[in-house]
Amino acid sequence: MNTADQYLKAIYLIQQVEDGPASTGRLADTLDVSPASANEMIGKLESRGLAEHEKYKGVSLTEEGIVKARDALETYCVIERFLANVLAVDEFREEARELEPVIDDLVAERLDTIIDRNAECPDCFDPESDACRYLELESERPAD
Amino acid sequence: MSVGHRVASDHQLARLLQIGVVLEEVVEARAYHNYQSLADEDRKLDPEIETLLEEAAEESADHRERLETVIDELDAESIPFEDIETLVEAKYGQTKPEDFDGVLYDQLCNEETAYKFYDDLIEAIEASDAEFSVDREHLLKELREIREEEAAGVEEVTQIMETRE
Repeated sequence: MNTADQYLKAIYLIQQVEDGPASTGRLADTLDVSPASANEMIGKLESRGLAEHEKYKGVSLTEEGIVKARDALETYCVIERFLANVLAVDEFREEARELEPVIDDLVAERLDTIIDRNAECPDCFDPESDACRYLELESERPAD
Repeated sequence: MSVGHRVASDHQLARLLQIGVVLEEVVEARAYHNYQSLADEDRKLDPEIETLLEEAAEESADHRERLETVIDELDAESIPFEDIETLVEAKYGQTKPEDFDGVLYDQLCNEETAYKFYDDLIEAIEASDAEFSVDREHLLKELREIREEEAAGVEEVTQIMETRE
């Protein structure tokens, strides 16, 4: 997933939680980058017609930006679910975040063929828990 | 979340190589099932595709073994590959492309995906200054060789597709 896609996904999720624009500070925190880097990328997204920035309020995605952000979120869901359910990784959230810049959409598509995603994806992604709400985890299942 | 595009540790490298193993497993399973899905009379009619799929499955098995050798040398926990093999096999037991063009197109996607994976992985290792417990130059040499074989695979499938047009 490229850097622009990671920004789009982060803005999309912050907007869901905030129910409004995403502030540059929050975006920079989420992505662990400097506010200057975040501003620079917001400018690029604006020039590509994917986001709109309003001074003192923050950044919002355009319709086209939302489509791309949802695609990126689906890719992320594939990576998380693959790590959790196929490779049985407990720290799948952290690892997915580390791996997402290195995993291309093409690769995620292939990984997607051996996991079971819900038809609602990516609407079932819960930004608060940073995971799909239908994700079944071995470690979190109640003991018999 | 990190926007860095580099491999930072043995653990992360091992995980990426494990993903490579699964991808190769998927390619192998798809090539095998695509081959099996060709009807007996069709197989006789088209030895070129039969050979292509046979070789693709063999090559993926070889790549998988080479990746597993590196993973074993890394200071990271391993995962039971038998389980993954069973899972992939179960998923692909039911899939069948409809015709030769479907088989070839699928094989092209397999090779392109694998190429892209190794290309990104090599780039991410090159961008990193992390010390790995395996020799970096040997690792990169191995991955570059595998990438070149995937590139040759893309070329081969493309040529067959072009001659069939």
